[in-house]
Amino acid sequence: MKGSTKEESFNVSEFIMHHIQDAHEWHLWGKDSSATSIYLPVILWDNGLKLFNAKHLYHGETIHIEGEEPVHYTVGTGAAKGYALCHEEIYKIKKGGLQFHEGHPTNVHPMDFSITKNVLALFIGSFLLVLLMVSTSNFYRKNGAVAPKGLAKFLEPIIVMVQDDIAKANIHGGKHKRYVGFLLTVFFFILINNLLGMIPVFPGGANLTGNITVTFFLAVCTLLITVFSGNKNYWKHIFATPGVPLALLPIMIPIEIIGIFTKPFALMIRLFANMTAGHIIVLALISIIFINKSEAWGLLSVPMALFISVLELLVAFLQAYLFATLSALFIGAAVEEDHH
Amino acid sequence: MGVFGSIAAIGAGIAVLGAGLGIGRIGGSAVEGIARNPEASGKIQTAMIIAAALIEGVALFGVVVGFLGGKVG
Repeated sequence: MKGSTKEESFNVSEFIMHHIQDAHEWHLWGKDSSATSIYLPVILWDNGLKLFNAKHLYHGETIHIEGEEPVHYTVGTGAAKGYALCHEEIYKIKKGGLQFHEGHPTNVHPMDFSITKNVLALFIGSFLLVLLMVSTSNFYRKNGAVAPKGLAKFLEPIIVMVQDDIAKANIHGGKHKRYVGFLLTVFFFILINNLLGMIPVFPGGANLTGNITVTFFLAVCTLLITVFSGNKNYWKHIFATPGVPLALLPIMIPIEIIGIFTKPFALMIRLFANMTAGHIIVLALISIIFINKSEAWGLLSVPMALFISVLELLVAFLQAYLFATLSALFIGAAVEEDHH
Repeated sequence: MGVFGSIAAIGAGIAVLGAGLGIGRIGGSAVEGIARNPEASGKIQTAMIIAAALIEGVALFGVVVGFLGGKVG
């Protein structure tokens, strides 16, 4: 929905994209210049290590470019001299500002290793995961194999479910023990980060599992484990599928090889699109209030957003369960013994 | 297509239509299977969830392509 001709009209797509994407600051509250944010460190490699606080970028001079699609960017000051920020990406800038071509800047990017919002959310999520799991295992270490109390009592059924219904059910022949650690990690990592993404306030609210590079890495882990666990039977199925006449093999082999890669690719896209789409729906429903500029619309918008959020809780758990189950299925297919 | 928005959104809508039909059929078959054999309801439920998620994955491929097409258009 494009803005109207009046000034200060609410730009929905920019609002939604801003909340979905990664950023170099973590916005807490407030609007525009009076906003309160946590400014994250920017770490660049540009013929030498450059390290500065992102506020030098955000508090720099804002330049608007009019045209068919108005764009604005900020030029860094102080320690961030020589860099500009456009749509949360850092560009090198010389005199004369950013050069644009068809709405996108064409300046060079320096190599960007910054701690961005998603990286910080990754640290927070991982820290939470390690904390939960170490507390649980400490309980059993201290008390032995007894009925648990406290946090272990809450987590044990879920851990047992991953071990039995996901690992044991899909990886046959008792070989699941090697892979239960990976499946548990993947399940809880995705679950915790999905749930953190649903919380609107810091430290939640970063769209980590909706970042395609994060889901790409998880899918690559599954791919590597599948390929490196493949036994002779698995490779025989790929290169000489039993029951296929020889004439068809030149067609079947490329298809099977591509199939090795499309399965984790689908895992990546499934998690990314589910999480991002869920966030977009909730944000779009809340935007109804701001488009119509009246609090009364909240009576419609908030219950709808609440309903979708409940659905998103289910999706958060389901996507974690699904990623783990499909990974277990692929690993199970790789280690399966031959049986006629 | 400036007045009505991009065609990419229509493409995404068609992909979602296909997913709705597919998952609806899966749900129907699963419920019928449970009605015939209530003891197997755990296995049927698991198979239903996995199949539904695979179809949803394909629908989301379509939605992602719709996103990309919408940005260019």
